[in-house]
Amino acid sequence: MARYIFSRVGQALLVLWAAFTISFVLLQAMPGDAVLIKFQNPEYGLNAVQIAEIRAAYDADGSVVLQYVHTIGNFLTGDFGYSLQAGVAVSAQLAANLPSTIRLAGLAFAAAALLAVIIAVLSNLPGLGRLRSFIQSLPSLFVSIPTFWLGIMLIQIFSFRLRLVPVINPGEWEGLILPVLTIALPVSAPMAQILLRNIDEVLTRPFVSVARAKGASHTFVLWRHVAKNALLPVLTVAGVLFGELLAGAVITETVFGLNGIGSLAEQAVNFQDVAVLQAIVVISAAAFVTINLAVDLLYPVLDPRLKAKLGGVA
Amino acid sequence: MTILDTAERHRNIDSPNPLDWISPAPAAEEAVGAPAKVRAKPILIQPGLVLAYIILAVALLWAVAPGLFTSYDPVQGLPGQQLKAPSALHFLGTDALGRDLYTRLVYGALHSLSGAVAAVAIGLLVGTALGVIAGSVGGWIDEVIMRLVDVLLSIPVLLLSLSIIILLGFGTVNAAIAVGFTSIASFARLVRSEVVSVRRSEYVEAAFGSGGTFFKVLWRHVLPNSLTSVIAFTALQVGSAILQLSTLGFLGYGAPPPTPEWGLLIAEGRNYIATAWWLTAAPGVVVVLVVLAVNRVSQAIGRAQQ
Repeated sequence: MARYIFSRVGQALLVLWAAFTISFVLLQAMPGDAVLIKFQNPEYGLNAVQIAEIRAAYDADGSVVLQYVHTIGNFLTGDFGYSLQAGVAVSAQLAANLPSTIRLAGLAFAAAALLAVIIAVLSNLPGLGRLRSFIQSLPSLFVSIPTFWLGIMLIQIFSFRLRLVPVINPGEWEGLILPVLTIALPVSAPMAQILLRNIDEVLTRPFVSVARAKGASHTFVLWRHVAKNALLPVLTVAGVLFGELLAGAVITETVFGLNGIGSLAEQAVNFQDVAVLQAIVVISAAAFVTINLAVDLLYPVLDPRLKAKLGGVA
Repeated sequence: MTILDTAERHRNIDSPNPLDWISPAPAAEEAVGAPAKVRAKPILIQPGLVLAYIILAVALLWAVAPGLFTSYDPVQGLPGQQLKAPSALHFLGTDALGRDLYTRLVYGALHSLSGAVAAVAIGLLVGTALGVIAGSVGGWIDEVIMRLVDVLLSIPVLLLSLSIIILLGFGTVNAAIAVGFTSIASFARLVRSEVVSVRRSEYVEAAFGSGGTFFKVLWRHVLPNSLTSVIAFTALQVGSAILQLSTLGFLGYGAPPPTPEWGLLIAEGRNYIATAWWLTAAPGVVVVLVVLAVNRVSQAIGRAQQ
C-alpha cells in the first residue's frame, strides 16, 4: 500500500513539474516577452537603455535556462512574479480573487450535483413514458449550450422579463444565483450522464435480481442497492469536473462582471499579462493533479472491492 | 496498471471535454449481458437523426452558398433600418448598424464551421500521429508521449486555449489553432489505445509472420482498423470545437468585428439585451441546434460501428 501511495504521489509531482515546464515554454520563453511588448509601446517614450534596465529589473534579460531555474524556484516559494498590467504581485492578486471564485465554484458544484441527482431520480420514476426519454436527453442538451449565452439568456429571462433577480446592485448572495445556475447546468451534464449509465448498469447485476426476488419494490432497490453503487464512479471524473467548473468561472465572471480568478485570466489575455496567466494555469494544473491523486487514494478506501484487490497486489 | 483499472471501466472519458463523455458506451455494457439495446433502427423511425441531418445540411449550405438564402449584405448595414424587430422583411430583425441578423447568421456559418473543422483537423492529425507512434513503437517513446498527454489533460481546456491565444495573438486562424491544440491529447490517447489493441490481434501477427515490414503492416492493417472508433470521436469533437470557438469569439479573441462569426454575434447583441433580445437569442439558438445535430450524428456513427 505504501509503495502504491508513494508511486502515485511521485507520478503526480512529475505531471505537475511537466505542466509547469510546458506553460513556461509556451508563455515565457518565446521571443518578444511581455515586458518588451508593454514597454516598447511608444506611449511610454522609453529608449533602448531604459527598456534594458526595466527588463533587468523584471529578470527578463537572463538566458532562458536561468529564467527557468529562477521561475521554478520562485513558484515553489509562492512567488508568482509581477502582474505587468496591475503592477502588483501576482500572488496578491490571486489571494484577493481566489475566495470569491472558490465560493462561486463551490456553490455551482453543489447545485450541479443536486441537478444531476434530480435528473437521475426523475428518469427512474416509474410510469413516465415519453417524459423519461426527454429527461434522459437533458444532459446532452446541457453540454450543447454555450455557457456564455446561457448566462446572458438567464439575465434576460429572470432579470429583465420576470424581474425576479435584480442585475443592478444585487445583494451579495442574490447576485450569485444566476452565475451559479449558469455554471451548474453544463457541469451537471456529465455527472447526470454517468449516474444514468451506472444506474442502468447496476440494475442488471445479480444482486438486484435477488433483492427483487425477495420482494423489494423498484424504489427500495434504487435507494438501498443501486444508489451507493452508482454514485461512487462519479468520483472518477472529479478532476474533469474541476476543469469544467474553472472554465465556467472564467466565462460567468466575465458575463456577470464578477471579480475572481476567471475574470483575472480573461484580463490577463486581453493585456498579454503572461505572468498572471501562467500562475493561473500552473495552479489549476496543481489542483487538477491533487484532486485526481486524492480520488485515486480515496477510491480503495471507499470501495472495499478495490481495497481487497490492492491488498493482494502490495 | 493501477487499481483504478476497475474504476476505468465506468468512465468513457479520455478528455477533459464533457462532450466526449457522451460518446457511445464502452463494450462493458455488452459484457455484463445487458439486454441488447435497440440499435440500427431504420432511419425513418429516428426522427431526431433525420432532423439532425437536415440541420447540418442547412448549415453546410449556408456556409457554401450563403447567397442562395438571403439577398442582404452581411457587413453593410441598411440606413434607417437600425434595431428593427423581427418582421417579414427582416425575419430575425436587424442590429444596431441596420444589418439583417438572419443574413449575418447565414454568412457566419462559413466562419464558425470552417474554424471548427480546421481545429479538429489539427487535433486529429497531430493526435493520431502521436497516438500511432506511441502505440506502435512502444518503449520509452510511448512512455514519454503518454506522460506528455497526461500533462496536457491536466490543464483545463479553456486555460490551455487561452495560453495559445496569448502566445499567438487574436484572430480566426489563431483561435482555431488554440482549439485544435486542446484536442490533441484526447485524440492521441484514444488512437494509442486502439493501436495497442489492434496490434495484439491475430491478423496483425499473421501479417508480420508472412513477412510484412513494420511500416507496411502499420499502414495496411493497424492504421485502418484503429481509426474506425476515431471517426465518431472526430464528429463529437466538431461539436465541441464549434462551442469552444464561439466562446473565444464571444471573449473577443477570434475573428475581429464586422466578421459575422456566431460567438461574436452574441457578444454584439448582448449590448442590446434589454431592448432587442432576439439579437442575442437567435445566434445562440443556431449554435445549440448545430452542436446538438453534430452530437446526434456522432452518436449514430458510434452506434453503427458497435
